[in-house]
Amino acid sequence: MLVSNLEILPGRTIVRHLGLVQGSSVRSKHVGRDIAASLKNIFGGELRGYTELLSDSREEATERMLAQASAVGANAVLNIRYSTSSIAAGAAEIFVYGTAVELQDV
Amino acid sequence: MSSLLGQAAGVVILLVLGYLFGRLAERRHFQRLVRQEAEIQYLPVVASRYPPEDRPYRQQLVSGNVVIASDYFKAFMAALINIFGGRVTPFESMLDRARRESILRMKAAAIELDAAYVFNIKFDTTRIATGRLGAMEVLAYGTAMIPQDT
Repeated sequence: MLVSNLEILPGRTIVRHLGLVQGSSVRSKHVGRDIAASLKNIFGGELRGYTELLSDSREEATERMLAQASAVGANAVLNIRYSTSSIAAGAAEIFVYGTAVELQDV
Repeated sequence: MSSLLGQAAGVVILLVLGYLFGRLAERRHFQRLVRQEAEIQYLPVVASRYPPEDRPYRQQLVSGNVVIASDYFKAFMAALINIFGGRVTPFESMLDRARRESILRMKAAAIELDAAYVFNIKFDTTRIATGRLGAMEVLAYGTAMIPQDT
């Protein structure tokens, strides 16, 4: 499955538009991580645990979107966008959406 | 009275720790950013939606993200500046670091794919609440254009 945030791919024709597909994922860290993070907040620097958490969460959201896309018979998702919202202390929602299409010659 | 003094002393210690370690971390980070940016400068990142058509490319989404925490001193200074208003420079530099780091990570992912360009770069910036203080996440993503020799 081709995933891109471009709308037009040079040399490829869109045969069919299959509509919006989306995926989301809400994750949080366990309390231990939060305590470690609040310590890090005194000294500054990268919170690696959160970087990984959000990256894994984004992967999951993308997989859910791709599952939707293959369910409608797409072979590519174009013009995708990510959106992130912090919904509570230590929990964030990742949302990804795009247009499912059928491309010629992938 | 003595507990109040104790609390004030605690805040002062945290401020000093935050100032020393936070500044050190920031300086090191900026040094690393400058070095790594120079190393992978050859890969152009383009903020355009229209990719080149000079030769056949394969496209793949690449992204890089980073969560950077503020330090106690930054948070304190920001609260002070907030009273009078104006440029909150402690957070400006923090977000600059986060954004540049996320671009670096995205470019590193693109280089692994032997990409010639990264097109249509987008950013997504979110405040990640960790208790009382905050951290910022920056995500950079774009489409890696990988030349296909046919």
